[in-house]
Amino acid sequence: MTLVAWTIGILMFWPILWTFLTSFKTEQDAVLMSQLFSTGWTFENFGIVQERSDYLRFAMNSVIIAFGSTLLCLLFAIPAAWSMAFSPSKRTKDTLLWMLSTKMMPPVGALLPIYLIFKEYRLIDQHIPVLIIMFMLNLPLVVWMLFTYFKEIPVDILEAARMDGAGIWQELSRVLAPMALPGIASTFLLNVILAWNEAFWTLKLTDVHAAPLTVFIASYSSPEGLFWAKLSAASTMAIAPILILGWFSQTQLVRGLTFGAVK
Amino acid sequence: MATRHSQGLARLAVAPSVIILFLWMIVPLVMTIYFSFLRYNLLNPDIGGWAGFSNYYYFITDDSFPGAVLNTLLLVASVIAVSVIGGLGLALLMDQPFWGRGFVRLLVISPFFIMPTVSALVWKNLLMNPIYGLFAYLQELVGLTPLDWFAKVPLLSVAIIASWQWLPFAALIILTALQSLDEEQKDASAMDGARFFSYFRYIMLPHLARPITVVILIETIFLLNIFAEIYVTSVGGLAGNLTYLVYFQGLLNFDIGEASAGGLIAVVLANLVSIFLVRVIGRNLEI
Amino acid sequence: MSRIELNAVRKNFGTLSVINGVDLDIYDGGFTVFVGPSGCGKSTLLRLIAGLEDLTSGHILIDGRDVTELGPAQRELAMVFQSYALYPHMSVRNNIGFPLKMAKQSEAVIDAKVRKAAETLNLKDFLDRRPGQLSGGQRQRVAIGRAIVREPKAFLFDEPLSNLDAALRVQMRLEIMQLHKSLGATMVYVTHDQVEAMTMADRIVVLNQGRVEQVGSPLELYDRPKTLFVAGFIGSPKMNFISGALASKHGAATIGIRPEHVQIGDASGAIHATIRIAEHLGSDTFIHVDSADLGAMTVRATGNIEAAPGTALSLTLDPARIHRFDASGQAIF
Ligand SMILES: Nc1ncnc2c1ncn2[C@@H]1O[C@H](COP(=O)(O)OP(=O)(O)OP(=O)(O)O)[C@@H](O)[C@H]1O
Ligand SMILES: [Mg+2]
Repeated sequence: MTLVAWTIGILMFWPILWTFLTSFKTEQDAVLMSQLFSTGWTFENFGIVQERSDYLRFAMNSVIIAFGSTLLCLLFAIPAAWSMAFSPSKRTKDTLLWMLSTKMMPPVGALLPIYLIFKEYRLIDQHIPVLIIMFMLNLPLVVWMLFTYFKEIPVDILEAARMDGAGIWQELSRVLAPMALPGIASTFLLNVILAWNEAFWTLKLTDVHAAPLTVFIASYSSPEGLFWAKLSAASTMAIAPILILGWFSQTQLVRGLTFGAVK
Repeated sequence: MATRHSQGLARLAVAPSVIILFLWMIVPLVMTIYFSFLRYNLLNPDIGGWAGFSNYYYFITDDSFPGAVLNTLLLVASVIAVSVIGGLGLALLMDQPFWGRGFVRLLVISPFFIMPTVSALVWKNLLMNPIYGLFAYLQELVGLTPLDWFAKVPLLSVAIIASWQWLPFAALIILTALQSLDEEQKDASAMDGARFFSYFRYIMLPHLARPITVVILIETIFLLNIFAEIYVTSVGGLAGNLTYLVYFQGLLNFDIGEASAGGLIAVVLANLVSIFLVRVIGRNLEI
Repeated sequence: MSRIELNAVRKNFGTLSVINGVDLDIYDGGFTVFVGPSGCGKSTLLRLIAGLEDLTSGHILIDGRDVTELGPAQRELAMVFQSYALYPHMSVRNNIGFPLKMAKQSEAVIDAKVRKAAETLNLKDFLDRRPGQLSGGQRQRVAIGRAIVREPKAFLFDEPLSNLDAALRVQMRLEIMQLHKSLGATMVYVTHDQVEAMTMADRIVVLNQGRVEQVGSPLELYDRPKTLFVAGFIGSPKMNFISGALASKHGAATIGIRPEHVQIGDASGAIHATIRIAEHLGSDTFIHVDSADLGAMTVRATGNIEAAPGTALSLTLDPARIHRFDASGQAIF
């Protein structure tokens, strides 16, 4: 059992491991399949990638877009989720489900107008506009996740705060937010991961200046002689930060991705 | 917490999100609908005016359309089949106690966190390259001719990549659902094979019905829109799906009208699925 | 310390009307208990007083001032919730001090008041713990501490003891009564526990389906219930109700007699019965009997009585203790 499980685990992980190992090889070694471990370990691929494609700028853009859009999401979603979890009205359920359905709109349904608007107003390859698209894209998910976390907080406690003289802002900042902190944190994490990996709008709406790592990698899509070690190095640099975040968030992932339908 | 004051504040607090999402949904959609009835080609700014349903007609009768629909459906169906069946197996396996379970779980879930552009390129080059790829190497080892994956079976290649990404998702969700099964029921079933089978059939499967439904619906929605994998592996011409075709018509052929018509067809298709998903989730939602 | 008046208070949740016109005067310094069956609207009424729900119509006055439109914070009341509703992320000290902090009191004042409350409630050793690290009784005390520090006009309790075990409940009951004495504060207390209501209250308000059935001191309710409902609700074991020929003889549709007001004699008496089952509590015995004339009845007897099932005996009803009710359930005095 243990053996089978480990074998499957390693097979699933193999492409990632292989990429990681290859990124330290010389280009000559990289294409030799027989050579699991290289004879000549080198860090130079990373340097070359940075020099050739300016990795740091793309990484910075990824950080700006992923974290910025997530923060914006939280700013809008915390009040919304608070309201729906603790003061539901007859329409709350419908509102939530409607928000969910906006998340399911295929992006091609919006691609052309958004693209044309971006072109018309020269928004392509700008940080803020992409960040805003990403924010709208993920807002429903963030509202939903926060809603399911807030639902678990007894409303009594917020009422007690009101009795104790807390105003709305104090109720949110001193009682709800600290209690919901673990939920808010995992929502934050999952959303950063999703925004980091989003590869439809970023490919279409950014180019160089504001482009995140998805675009950076896409620039390696045309083969050019021996380039696997560099491709691997670039890939490793693009996925490593988020993979590690992902490992931390995996226990909360299910709830977020199934909209509370599976806990 | 139901005073007029707090209710008022509550409505005020949802309003920004609702307004933003409403605009995000409605403005592009209305524009897309509008474009789809126009003669609108960026390369031919002189041609204009109403097109009636001709954009739809041209999109549907385009040579690539039947292929794109077929590719879309095949991709969705095959990846879901693989990820649900494989995910069920993986989940059952990882639900057993074994040494290093937490670590194996991390290994298995990892592909889900890899950005699609990276997984596509890594698979295309490091694994599926007909000359230097790992698969080619393995095939040669056992005396087979290496397969040129992306030239010979482009759709299958994309499906494999997508399966690799989505299998962990299905496995993780099914595993979570499994672990919420009553421990005692599990202990009682830790018996012989026949008993395991009936336990699986009569207790586990019914319990898993809903998570599996959710997996299928969510994956359907994401897989209908799969794009990056096709785009960066440059197999759009061979194995393009509807999403790719819309992109191709709109941003490569600059035929905004026809692409918009295609986009709306995709919207309708996705909505057919999302209605079911919203129902399933709504049934489970207590307010 | 305050007087709370309710005038024609109504509350609907959508089409469901939960409180149907309640007029009530809660005296300054009194201990008023709301009792009633589950779902009768006790909590709702308390929350209306607290300001956590809006009134559909009617008015609430505190010390003569109309507070109907004021929010919970401005009413200067304190509430102790059934779930305690402590802030799990704050220490006991900060929990108790929270209302003072919200009132922008200085650190020194907060510290002094928290210390004093902790002393009163025996919480001194736990001030730096989180609520999660306390026992049920201690949590209860923290909740009370949080209520007393701000010196509210009145205390509202919603079934505060229902999550505690029996022994602790008795102890906390006494502590709350003591607190009431020492603070002299107005307290409104919701419970559906008979014993709590009878022992703690100056005045009991019996609610039924969103209406006040009767208001009075515990003994008034016990001795002179105004309706069939109150008669059945107050007292344990329940009052026996008899209708039919015997009731008509007394000029009533239904008569009621409490188990303690039925005497047992040998089989030669007027009303014949057989013992179905006996519950020995030590101090008392509750004997459930079947009577051909009156149906099933409960009788309260001394603790050491022999009562084998199947034994025949006779019952005598104390005529002075018979309650009479008309067909609409109103008492006939
Ligand atoms: N927010 C609400 N929305 C709709 N109905 C409600 C709401 N709160 C209470 N109710 C209904 O009002 C009625 C009275 O509820 P309330 O909580 O006041 O009862 P209670 O007397 O406190 O009962 P218990 O002894 O079980 O606590 C119940 O039928 C309840 O279902
Ligand atoms: Mg109640």
